[in-house]
Amino acid sequence: MIRITDLHHRLGGAPVLNDIDLTIPHGGLTALIGPNGAGKSTLLSLIARLRPIQRGRISVGPHEIGKVADRDLARVLAVMPQSTEVSARLRLAELVGFGRYPWHRGRPGAEDRAQVDRALERFSLTDLRDRFLDEVSGGQKQRAFAAMAYAQDTDYLLLDEPLNNLDIAAARDLMRLMRGLADEDGKTVVVVLHDINYATAFADRLVVMKEGRIAAQGAPSEVVTDTLLAEVFGTTARVAEVEGRPLVIV
Amino acid sequence: MAALLAVCAAGYMLWSAKAPWSFLLPYRATKLAALLLVGVALSVATVLFQTVTANRILTPSLMGFDALYVFVLTLLVHMLGATGYAAIPPGLLFAANLGAMAGLGLLLFAGLMRLAGGDMIRLVLSGIVLGLLIRSMTEFLQRLIDPSEFQTVQSMSFARFTQIDPLLLALSATAILAALAAAWSLRTRLDVLSLGDTAATGLGEPPARLRRQALVVICILVAAATALVGPLSSGGFGPSSFFGLIVTAFAHIVTPTHRHAVLIPSAALVGGLVLVGGQFIMERLFALATPLTVVIELIGGAVFLVLLLKRRAA
Ligand SMILES: Nc1ncnc2c1ncn2[C@@H]1O[C@H](COP(=O)(O)OP(=O)(O)O)[C@@H](O)[C@H]1O
Ligand SMILES: [Mg+2]
Repeated sequence: MIRITDLHHRLGGAPVLNDIDLTIPHGGLTALIGPNGAGKSTLLSLIARLRPIQRGRISVGPHEIGKVADRDLARVLAVMPQSTEVSARLRLAELVGFGRYPWHRGRPGAEDRAQVDRALERFSLTDLRDRFLDEVSGGQKQRAFAAMAYAQDTDYLLLDEPLNNLDIAAARDLMRLMRGLADEDGKTVVVVLHDINYATAFADRLVVMKEGRIAAQGAPSEVVTDTLLAEVFGTTARVAEVEGRPLVIV
Repeated sequence: MAALLAVCAAGYMLWSAKAPWSFLLPYRATKLAALLLVGVALSVATVLFQTVTANRILTPSLMGFDALYVFVLTLLVHMLGATGYAAIPPGLLFAANLGAMAGLGLLLFAGLMRLAGGDMIRLVLSGIVLGLLIRSMTEFLQRLIDPSEFQTVQSMSFARFTQIDPLLLALSATAILAALAAAWSLRTRLDVLSLGDTAATGLGEPPARLRRQALVVICILVAAATALVGPLSSGGFGPSSFFGLIVTAFAHIVTPTHRHAVLIPSAALVGGLVLVGGQFIMERLFALATPLTVVIELIGGAVFLVLLLKRRAA
């Protein structure tokens, strides 16, 4: 369970997060949605201790962010940031191998190599394992970063807009994989998504943010309504119900 | 590469004897040791520095690390006076210099990197300006010191490749070897840092602390090497700002990997090779009087431009 209490954050003098109180239950897939600039990335990076907390508390399971040692947290929580630029020239297998670092701290063993193979297999990257990152497509690259987070073998997985620049097939593949991680491996997956339809299709729960606050949360069918689209996203798009779940008609 | 280095070293030791061997061998051995130490120290320092700053075109010398060393030295002379300075036991003096350099270097460059905030061009420009600033402050301080006193101090402070004080060599060697061991122990953590700050944090390797540790190692390597041969900026024959650049660019070609377990030894070998081989060719084969520095500067300047332009185009 991720528990956030009384969280405030300012960037460049402007408030970005205001008084966030949020509990993300253990297990399942939670999607974080909201218009651009709502503070989704900031919230995610605070949970993943990528930025220092200014005010408030966040705990991930029994670990309080800011108190738990970085290397201990790295075995509990993995994060795939929004920008996946790496200046080092890496092969896919090497990148995924870094996911094992919190466990071996520089001395990979047989178990670590087996885990990397499993991660590559699961994300269908085995054939590409010796390719360099700049020699694969955008979708394959995103998958490699997701595989790296998976290889980290943590209970919690945070992903910031992993579907960026992916075509529909690649996006659906990746979301199915995330779904599998929640269902089969019992992981707690939190994904920032900008396409509401992907969120309703794959997530158990939605958390909607607007201007640094939580605007709504709950099951997709409860949350995604015409009113929400109008009030949070400022658009008059309509919501239809298709196969028992809400679908935004764009 | 190791074999090539051994050949160069042997050639340097044994080629063309114009003096009795009993004189020549120890003389050349000292010089060879100094060349190797300086080559390896500056190369490894550059590899670390490039990882810490996340780019391939910066070197510690380019950012004024060696200038900082002279500044610290001059400051000491200024405060103590030449006689007071000369009275300090050399070992203590050396340690104090390294300590001051490491502290100041950490302060300045960690601050600079924070200010530049990941903007490479800003970091390069402000680093070069900082280097200039340190150099002119040093010159200013040197003017305040009595000229004749200053000269004696200068001749004491920097040995040259041609006349290396065995004590200084021993001190530098100790410092450099210790710093190299520290660099080696950071190797896997530096690999993680080369993924970028966010990824490194996510993997449980917070960059700030690692950067500080690496900067201390870099400062010690550069300071010890500069102490041994003197910085270019004050007329020393030490390798120039571009030396580290040539070495790392070449090391990345020979061993194209992100792994510091490979890059560190590879750059060390290339560095030793460039200095020893270069000196051997210049001194023995061509009997040229041109200092190696000039050649390195020339080639290095070209490499710098190529790397900069390639970056721009990419
Ligand atoms: N480094 C920064 N300095 C100042 N403001 C920032 C900075 N980074 C982000 N912001 C602002 O914070 C707000 C939230 O950003 P972000 O969390 O990235 O939103 P989202 O991921 O929901 O699009 C935006 O208004 C953005 O302009
Ligand atoms: Mg974002």
